[in-house]
Amino acid sequence: MSPMLAVRVSDGPIIPDFDEPDCRANERFCWGWVVDNWPDLQARLVEHVYITAIAVSIGLVIAVSAALLAYRYNRFETPFVTVSTVLYTIPVLAFLLVMVQITGIGLLTVEIALTGYTLLLLFRNTLTGLRSVPPEVHAAAAGMGMTSRQILFRINIPLALPALMAGIRVASVTIISLATLAAFVSPLGLGRPILFAIGTQFVTGLITAGALAIVLALVADGLLVLATRAVTPWARAGQGGIR
Amino acid sequence: MNIVIDAYDFVRSNPDQVLGDIWGHVVLSAAAVAVAIAIAVPVGAAVGHLHRWSFLAISGANVLRALPTLAVISIGITVWGLGFVNIMVALVILALPLILTNTYVGVAEVDPGTVEAARGMGMTGWQILRRVELPNAIFLIMAGVRTATVFVIATAYLAGFAAYPDTLGAVITNPTLPLSQLFAYTVIAVALAFLADGVFAIVQRLVTPRGLRLTHTLAAA
Repeated sequence: MSPMLAVRVSDGPIIPDFDEPDCRANERFCWGWVVDNWPDLQARLVEHVYITAIAVSIGLVIAVSAALLAYRYNRFETPFVTVSTVLYTIPVLAFLLVMVQITGIGLLTVEIALTGYTLLLLFRNTLTGLRSVPPEVHAAAAGMGMTSRQILFRINIPLALPALMAGIRVASVTIISLATLAAFVSPLGLGRPILFAIGTQFVTGLITAGALAIVLALVADGLLVLATRAVTPWARAGQGGIR
Repeated sequence: MNIVIDAYDFVRSNPDQVLGDIWGHVVLSAAAVAVAIAIAVPVGAAVGHLHRWSFLAISGANVLRALPTLAVISIGITVWGLGFVNIMVALVILALPLILTNTYVGVAEVDPGTVEAARGMGMTGWQILRRVELPNAIFLIMAGVRTATVFVIATAYLAGFAAYPDTLGAVITNPTLPLSQLFAYTVIAVALAFLADGVFAIVQRLVTPRGLRLTHTLAAA
């Protein structure tokens, strides 16, 4: 276990020791360190991906169920929005540190906290999407003899997909950002090398770990744009591909 | 419930530290949102008014929105070092995309008939932007500013990692302090976010032109 949690900015720079004499000065970016530490960085990157994927998936199940409930029974909307708004405004680091007291150090704590931050975005988008179906489309579907279950699965849910996908996209990049702080309460994710580099003011670490997190967020964002196009092929013709 | 009592006692016995940190947090957040508005509103309004380069502006905003704040701070340390500039850049990057996107959508999607009518009355492009498009877009622009402010207040504690002192981050990013202090500062942070949201709800009412207030009330009903 690295001494990451104990090192603070106020302690002054501590240059990690490694075999490249050219890099000891901590004055410039040092490829040697990146190459030497790549297996470790790669492991953190993979952890970051699954931390995010788990949080967004669980959040999706909860938020979509809640949105379907709120779509059917309006009175569920306000309580769910209120709770998820409060969750959303708690500083994630504080949330994590408080949760540690209850669920201990580890993945469970991280996932509970991060899932909480996905709920508002996913719920709001899903509900807006479900409600965006024009009443005459409903009337036409009912006139064709569709049952209400068929209308939900064949009309509402497909038409809510673009809004839902937009929600997943924002939630994913948000969670990738917030998950960097998971390193405070678990040895997981890219936050670990980032916080270590901030603690030691190690230039190569600051750039490498930061850049990996940024690249991960941009790649995830790009992949979700492609996924949105794949699941809503009808949207491309009208919208010209923007938004 | 000991932690709640301890948190209360901590705030009671250290009013100078707590108030100082709240003030620093508010000033930093306000400065970041102000800079974001100063950049995003003119750019969003220009792109929305001209109906050009919108793909570029929106894609740019989407890229900025995806950047993890801690990663921006981390790389920022190597570019401009620790301190005010570092956390400021990170928070502006957080706030800017929301305001830019909303300003663009608000201005670009003003009813074309209304814009044509203004042009027919002999208004110049600048007059149309100032007197027709921006007042009509103000609802969306303010919604963007409001969300951005809540984001920034909930994130400004990361100032602690940029070694910028006297914000709520002074306690939240310091795991060596007792949990009760962390709890106190967390409650303060959430309260600040809700307070800012409330203040903006009032400001929004004040800056919405009277003629539009009615339409939005009707639309919301």
